[in-house]
Amino acid sequence: MNGHEFHHALIFCKDTCVGCSHCMRVCPTQAIRVSNGKAELLPNRCVDCGECYRVCPVEAIKVEQDDFELIFNFKYRVALVPGVLLGQLSEEINPKQIYSVLLELGFTHVCEVETGAEIIKTAMSDFIRQNPDTRPLISAFCPAIVRLIQVKFPSLVNHIIPMKPPLDLAGLFYKKLLMKEGAASDEIGIFYITPCPAKIAAIKKPVGEEKSIIDGVINMDFAYNKVLTTVKQSRAASCIIPETPHLSREAILWSLTTGESSIMPGRSLAIDGINNVIEFLEELENEEVSDIDFLELRSCDESCAGGILTSSNRFFTAERLRNRATIADRNAGNNVIHEMYDYLVDNSGNDKIQPRSMLKLDENIGGALEKMKKVNELMEILPYVDCGICGSPTCQSLAEDIVREEAEIGRCIFIQRILEQKGTFTQQESVAIMKKIWGEKKLDKDIK
Amino acid sequence: MHLQYEVEGGNFSKAGYASSEIKKVLKQLNVDARTIKRIVVSSYEAEVNIVAHAYKGTIDARIDQDKIELCYQDLGPGIPDIEQAMQAGFSTASPEVREMGFGAGMGLPNIKNNADKLEITSEVGTGTKVIITIALTPEEN
Repeated sequence: MNGHEFHHALIFCKDTCVGCSHCMRVCPTQAIRVSNGKAELLPNRCVDCGECYRVCPVEAIKVEQDDFELIFNFKYRVALVPGVLLGQLSEEINPKQIYSVLLELGFTHVCEVETGAEIIKTAMSDFIRQNPDTRPLISAFCPAIVRLIQVKFPSLVNHIIPMKPPLDLAGLFYKKLLMKEGAASDEIGIFYITPCPAKIAAIKKPVGEEKSIIDGVINMDFAYNKVLTTVKQSRAASCIIPETPHLSREAILWSLTTGESSIMPGRSLAIDGINNVIEFLEELENEEVSDIDFLELRSCDESCAGGILTSSNRFFTAERLRNRATIADRNAGNNVIHEMYDYLVDNSGNDKIQPRSMLKLDENIGGALEKMKKVNELMEILPYVDCGICGSPTCQSLAEDIVREEAEIGRCIFIQRILEQKGTFTQQESVAIMKKIWGEKKLDKDIK
Repeated sequence: MHLQYEVEGGNFSKAGYASSEIKKVLKQLNVDARTIKRIVVSSYEAEVNIVAHAYKGTIDARIDQDKIELCYQDLGPGIPDIEQAMQAGFSTASPEVREMGFGAGMGLPNIKNNADKLEITSEVGTGTKVIITIALTPEEN
């Protein structure tokens, strides 16, 4: 197992973790195990979707973020703000107030992420029309989905549109804009206020490119709290608010479900929620799905409005963004970014995305067949209960862990009982194994 | 390795189950994605053929290092003229079945295009046996 290739923005804090296994049960790629009373992440399986973060009852899963002071390494400090930050705050707080808080924090410029969507909407439509032989084409917008396809649906990687998301184009656009005004490239720091750990992972370890245009990330809950604190304390914004390009209706709606599918050519489908996406991709891989041109797939329910690091109710966030879109300037979108259309499109491509299957039992078919035979034999004796007491999420994953020599059969509580009855296993041995999985404390309680 | 599945004629809601299970196994065996696709296309078509035309059937998948052999044996009306059935567009499917998106007459031709070897034997009034063989190649890294 080689974990060094993968960067994950989710950090499991052993000191806080109480070993409850909630995270292990919800992980859609079975990337979590429990050992010594703590959750552990298998790096080559994790896709940074953050479902574990949502269910952790003790906040033992943290999302990596850059030290805020990092922004001051740059003369020009650009905050890329996604629409969902605005959508999380009541409509009484206007975008200018939000931007002014960011400027007070130390940024020198603010740009909306969806500015990049003004370019992508045309470039991606063109790509779909120009590549009629690959169907359906899948948007690369959601980085958790790109990783999901790499590890779980390697045969579908060729369907992913090799195009950067709006975020990267907004970064490219703003950098170029400042350089036109005389700034040097290394004086400009581009920072993204993110609702999403997968975006962080995608920036720190990009798929399909060498290095990201984004210099750092600020978690959205941090920005959300700063804005609300300022507003609640009625501190008026004292700085000059920059004019940002007015977004078109399509750009405002881009990060919501159907944001892409509703404007792409041909027959398009939008699916949100990672488990819904997995179910659909299985059917696609089974050749049961045909005649679809474009798929918009988002890991979070309600797409980015339901991002892991958002604080407000996702349905209200989506509603606010839809309201904002209805009053969008009809002539918006025809702005300065279009003057850079050719430059941005030329730089919007990504390298081909490579598969990295987590499913294979062995590189070699013969070796994998041997291992699968052993897995099937184990499944004959395992209980099919998927209780998770062994520290693996399902009986099947325990069987695979055993075959990979990462666990042993004695971990199964049913097997322990069977062997105890036969007299080949002692209660002490069972307790010792349980302590190894769940830690000393859980099995060392004074019960009257 | 040997996998076996029972197929019920007329049950379209379960059509494709065996094909999907076979696919999951092949992914775990690190079989090359393009080969898996060929196997999935042929196994899905052959499975749907049983569902659409026969009363019931059995699928036997035998996998070794070098190849997969898929055997589809059904109890059904049989095929009177196999050569005709192999022609693209030829179909005996009822309008109801066509409405469900099946029965376009591409089943057997599609299998033939994707299989390394295809053997069909049939007896009218008894049933049909389809054997598909596809060589396995590992995914390159």
